[in-house]
Amino acid sequence: MSENIIEVRDLVKHFPVKVGVLFKRTVGHVRAVDGVSFDLKRGETLGVVGESGCGKSTLAQVLMRLEPPTSGTATFEGRDMFKMKGAELRKLRRDIQIVLQDPYTSLNPRMTVGDIIGEPFEIHPDVAPKGSRAKKVRELLDVVGLNPEHINRYPHQFSGGQRQRIGIARALALRPKVIVCDEPVSALDVSIQAQVMNLLGDLQSEFGLSYIFIAHDLSVVRHLSDRVAVMYLGKVVEVGSEQEIYEHPTHPYTQALLSAVPVPDPDLRGQRQIIRLEGDVPSPVDPPSGCRFRTRCWKAQEICADEEPELMTRVAAHPSACHFAEEKSVVP
Amino acid sequence: MSANTTESTLDAHEVDPGAHLLQVEDLYVEFHTRDGVAKVLNGVSYHVEAGETLAVLGESGSGKSVTAQTIMGILDMPPGVIKGGSIKFHGEELLTANPKRRRELRASGIAMIFQDALSALNPVFTVGFQIEEQLRLRRGMSRKDARKRAIELLDQVKIPNAKGRVRQYPHEFSGGMRQRAMIAMSLALDPEMLIADEPTTALDVTVQAQIMDLLKEIQVERNMGLILITHDLGVVAEVADRIAVMYAGRIVEQSDAPSLYRKPGHPYTKGLLESLPRLDQRGQELMTIKGLPPSLLKIPSGCPFHPRCPMVQDVCKTDVPEQHRLVPGRMSACHFAEELIAGE
Repeated sequence: MSENIIEVRDLVKHFPVKVGVLFKRTVGHVRAVDGVSFDLKRGETLGVVGESGCGKSTLAQVLMRLEPPTSGTATFEGRDMFKMKGAELRKLRRDIQIVLQDPYTSLNPRMTVGDIIGEPFEIHPDVAPKGSRAKKVRELLDVVGLNPEHINRYPHQFSGGQRQRIGIARALALRPKVIVCDEPVSALDVSIQAQVMNLLGDLQSEFGLSYIFIAHDLSVVRHLSDRVAVMYLGKVVEVGSEQEIYEHPTHPYTQALLSAVPVPDPDLRGQRQIIRLEGDVPSPVDPPSGCRFRTRCWKAQEICADEEPELMTRVAAHPSACHFAEEKSVVP
Repeated sequence: MSANTTESTLDAHEVDPGAHLLQVEDLYVEFHTRDGVAKVLNGVSYHVEAGETLAVLGESGSGKSVTAQTIMGILDMPPGVIKGGSIKFHGEELLTANPKRRRELRASGIAMIFQDALSALNPVFTVGFQIEEQLRLRRGMSRKDARKRAIELLDQVKIPNAKGRVRQYPHEFSGGMRQRAMIAMSLALDPEMLIADEPTTALDVTVQAQIMDLLKEIQVERNMGLILITHDLGVVAEVADRIAVMYAGRIVEQSDAPSLYRKPGHPYTKGLLESLPRLDQRGQELMTIKGLPPSLLKIPSGCPFHPRCPMVQDVCKTDVPEQHRLVPGRMSACHFAEELIAGE
């Protein structure tokens, strides 16, 4: 078996922008994901970071096959994910599960916890025959650190952190190989966030899961990830091991992003070099020519507007998509 | 200019020159809900001076926003009920002042910005109109003058092309820009005190850095008192002069920023700091605070933190720890704060 469980190549997802009431015309495209390639190894966690609108959640939706891709390929265990149909697709849906961001809106308020976690078994009865479902659900509740006695409660009777645990139990129900975590802890308080992160770490070693871990919080991503991909406006600008990205970033955007994270140590106040980016992220409907980051980049030259920098190995051992890639340590 | 106009209105009443700019004392607030009485604030006291940044740190439900809402007089009543305490601005009591005077004091003295700028701005009016409204009402400015001032304000918060932007609606602004517009709006009447309730929580890190810079700059320029309400320990470390940590409607620790991070004086603060994932290292297992924050309908006896506390003793279950002074400038509401600070 290959080392890579998922291989994504040149994945593109554009959403049409339409105007008109009766006769809708397409006037442009939101280039949410625009040529993304990466590998996910068995048992590893790939962190995906980026600001809002960079396409990280769209990437998750396409990989879950919730949205069809515009172009590009992705293979799961060597087979093309986007060509699967019927029984094979059902098997794929078992193998890739998702944990969503908002534990308040991602659980149906009218279903009991038992029904929520047991629902996947309705679609995949071969995993748990009817008689054994309640037992399975109780086991899952126990695994994620909830009281199995609470199987008949409703989501509103749980706190935010507990609800996120319910979401995780639901994702685990079908014994998936890959879990896509889309901002799983960003809605939680600090003390609860740590509990859920520890749980995700424990489950990974217990069940040999691979995670695609999407988040905007760079500290959270570093804590859980083996490798990290940094996205900007639908493109991966830099990818490498957790250490390469955090200790030796080469792309200006990665450096700016890392330096902007507030550090919880007042003694470092005023001593850290902070790269201040001007302005906002441009619209993905009409991204800048050449390098998409050039409008906010302090290194931008003419070549950046003319020629799109490819994601390739430049000055460091890991690939970076900048014409002027240069190693610079910004984390204290 | 701000100081002059406000002082002239204040002169008519007694002003205690030694008073804090804003002082909250022993504030008690309850919410009467269908399920019972939620004790949201249980004796909150803090004060802020001109030019100072007080960070109020706490998790959801700790009462940090309710305190701010009570100061601003925007607490929903009902279900909220102010059970006791006092809020003094320049030494003048706000809670018992007659409504007209109270409005006057708050309008030109204290302003507030909110987390979610999109829902805090009115979608059917232009950004300019919303800034001008207060100028015309409070300052009696003409439309033309108010527009001019609104453009100046938008300029001050570094919105590019302020002249054109002033005519636009909130939905035409990006997230960071909306937060800037709200800051401009809060500055319109030259407040001496700004309350920022999670001003950057909804923003991306690079934009968050811009907004925090802007707030800091404006504060220094105007010598404003700033209350920064947040749950982000990183942001607090970068900007706060003093920190008040809240838990279950109480302030459990107050301290200057560096000492608090070096040696927390309350086990809750210590737990929070330890449960933080770090940017500079890949941790294995994070320390956690076990359990959940208490329900405000049923706050534990004694110290409200005792069911989650790693240092809990019998006394914690029965006696509510008083907030007491550890060293000058540091207070803690833990029976064993001295041991905690001396330890290790």
